[in-house]
Formats: sequence, C-alpha cells, structure tokens
Amino acid sequence: MAPFAGYEMPISYPTGAVEEHAITRRSVGLFDIDHMGQFEVSGPGADAYVARMVSAKTSDMEAPMARYSLLLDERGLVLDDLFIYKLESSWWIVVNASNREQDLAWFMEHKTPGVTITDHSDATYMIAVQGPNAIALLDKVGAPAVSALERFTWGRIRIDSIDILFGRTGYTGEDGGELFFPAEHAERLWNYLLEKGGELGIETKPIGLAARDSLRFEAGMPLHGHEISQSINAIEAGFKWACDFEKDFIGKQALLDIISAGPSRKLVGIEVTGGVPREGYEVAGADGTIIGRCVAGMYCPTVKKYAANAFVEPAFAKSGTAVKVIIRGQPKDAVVVKRPLYIPAYRR
Amino acid sequence: MSIDANARYAESHEYARIDGAAVVCGISDHAQAELGDIVFIELPAVGKSLKKGENFGTVESVKAASDLYMPISGTIAEVNDALHADPALVNREPYGAGWLIKITPADLSEMDKLMDAKTYGKTIGEE
Repeated sequence: MAPFAGYEMPISYPTGAVEEHAITRRSVGLFDIDHMGQFEVSGPGADAYVARMVSAKTSDMEAPMARYSLLLDERGLVLDDLFIYKLESSWWIVVNASNREQDLAWFMEHKTPGVTITDHSDATYMIAVQGPNAIALLDKVGAPAVSALERFTWGRIRIDSIDILFGRTGYTGEDGGELFFPAEHAERLWNYLLEKGGELGIETKPIGLAARDSLRFEAGMPLHGHEISQSINAIEAGFKWACDFEKDFIGKQALLDIISAGPSRKLVGIEVTGGVPREGYEVAGADGTIIGRCVAGMYCPTVKKYAANAFVEPAFAKSGTAVKVIIRGQPKDAVVVKRPLYIPAYRR
Repeated sequence: MSIDANARYAESHEYARIDGAAVVCGISDHAQAELGDIVFIELPAVGKSLKKGENFGTVESVKAASDLYMPISGTIAEVNDALHADPALVNREPYGAGWLIKITPADLSEMDKLMDAKTYGKTIGEE
C-alpha cells in the first residue's frame, strides 16, 4: 500500500503488477478508483459554462454521450484531464484525485449566473471494470445489458439492487466501463463482482496502481503530473485533437499562439534497449547532447518493450529518430516510436 | 520466505553457494519478494574480475532499480543468459534456475565472512 493523493492505495495485490496487467488484457480487472472526484454542473447557464471551461467539443453532446477533455488555464497549460458526461439534465464531470480540490476551486472561481456546481465526490464510489470479458460479466450480473451501450455513452443499470451510473469508457485500452454508485455499497458491489466472476468462470481480479499505470501507458493515455501537467500545454503534449477551436474556451488563444509559433518541445514515445527508462531520465541526441527528459517509463508487459514518454526538442520528435536514454549514468540505445504502443479497444 | 540452507548470504541479500569449482550467486527469496516483479537484469561480461562488494549488475523491478554486489571476489565464469528473455525467473526460482552469475573465487575464505542461512534468517525476521 502507498499514499496517493491523500488515500492509501495498493500498488499491487499479491498477484503482482505484471500478472495484474495481463489479467486485464485477457479477462477482467477491477479497479477501486474511488479517490477520483465527481462534480455535477446544472442550471440554465450550465451548457454555456461547461463549453467555456473545458477544451473538448460540447455543442453536439446530448445524453447519453460522454467525452474526454482537458481543463486548461489561460496559458493553455493543463490543470487536469477529465471525462464529461451529458446526463439527462446536467453535466457529470470526473476529475483526477490529485487535482480535485484545485479543480473545484477553479470551477467555482469561474462560475457564471445560472450555474449550480455540486461536489458528489465523497458520496459517490467509483469502480472500473476493464477487459475483453468485462462487458460480458456486467451483462450477466446487471440490467439492462451494458452491451447495448455504444462506446463513450452512459447508461443507468442495477447490479445486486444497487443503482449505478455506468460509462462505457476506461483508462486501460480495453473494453469495459466505469461505475458510479452510492459509497455505502462499495464493499458489497466489489465483493459481488469478484464472487460472480468466480462463479461464472470469468477470471476477475483486483488490479493495483502499478498495473493501472502500465495499462494506460501502453494504450497511449496520459497521466496528469507526467504527460500533462500545470507546466505543460495542450499542444506540446499532442492534445490538439481534444480541443474545439470553433468555440471559445479558457486557454484557446494561448493554444493558437503556440500552434502558430510552434511548440518548443514535443511529447514522444521512446523505445529503449538495455534497461528500463523511468521518469526523470534524460534523453540525449546521437552526439550526447541532452535534448529532452522522460516523464514516464517502464517495462510494457503486453507489447514486451521497455518504453518511455518524453518531451524532446522538436527536431528529434520524428518516429525513427535514434536517441539515447541516460539510465543511471549510462547512455542506452533508444529510438523514437509512434504512440500508442498498444491500440486501445475502441480503435480496433 | 525460503532460505537456501546450502548458501551463505551478504547483508545486501545476495547469496553465494559453492558448486564444484565455482560459486553460484543470486538474490535471496526475501530480496525478490521485496523487489516485486523483476522486468530487466543487467549482468557483467564473462571474464570480468571484481572484488567483494563491487557492483556486478542491476536488477530492475516494476517499481525500482537495485544494484547487485559481489558477495566474494572473483572472476565472472558464467552469466545466466536465460534471464534476458525471462527476468521473472529470478522471482520464481531465486535459488535454482534464477541464479545470476557463477564466480571463479579469488579467495574462498571470503565465504566465511558471509552469514550462514540461520543468521541470515534472523536478520530478515525469520525463525
């Protein structure tokens, strides 16, 4: 167990990080992600307010759509990444645990008339059920069937008499979803899913933070504090696609300026031979000059590679560029590669 | 936690076990459990001479990198090539197939300076 954003969380269960990663890719992994935050935004001014606050396109969003977005400041720097759900008559916004307080303060600071913001984080539990068998498991234990939901939509279901908001999204690159429900039912639902998986012969195991990191890393998803952060802008991190330049949103002008001038560094994937690249390790060009730094790195159990995400000078950002990663004082051969290393289920 | 009764142990959790003319060296079961899933191992070149306490390689787990230290002085006679493709072998069989290096010892009396199995057991809190 280790402290994370004010919570004690398992880095891995006795199963071990590498096997937990494999279980999620072959069957079902359960993730206790209650540390994350949930806000509800409602009122007559909500649509216009949310559109201005988040980077993603919202004008086309109707229930039951859900979408990934960034939360930017006026300089285009990433305060957080979010999932936004258009509920029946409100917006459900899911934020990272580590940024929950600051996000709420930011939302409140920019609140416009006709907008009500409710923090549901403490009352709401969140569990992710991810893997190629996740939808099949949930279909068997709950109703209505989540298999009827399109990716990136939500539905209201019941499992073991518990009312659940289910979003068919995830952070692993596998199919499955994220479940929001009243916190008092947490242990019951968690145990129920594990037991039912066992009974039905669907391998279902709890997954810790280490595997959560390697799963999202392989699938090309960012982790705030690493690929995105309050000192990283959306363009250099490669998130132009998550921004709707047809609307006005906080950070828009700053991003346009960065696009016009060109970013001063770029986020790339790097594959290394001869060691494990990790956060903070420097990246050198072929001549030994330092041209970047890793923000995350690890052994990737599914693609069986040692890889990192790094910010590098734009001249080194092209796939196929030979670089070195300095691993504990030793330069190791590496090459810039396309991300993601593992194609997420929703793209297959 | 298992401890090989035939081996002797360094404070840094490497073990050394006499095997004919060579000394087999690896990390203890306690060490592999502490490290977690091992994903990469860097071993020295065969023929290299190192003194007791000198760094002979690195073991990288999911969470951290750890240096490996010679339990006794000697020349590297053999390294476990199986660990390139299957570093997790060290987790599964630290005293058997997951051995790291075989040393031609410079001075076998250095083995006496290592802890015996019982003493090592006490240091890691075993009975």
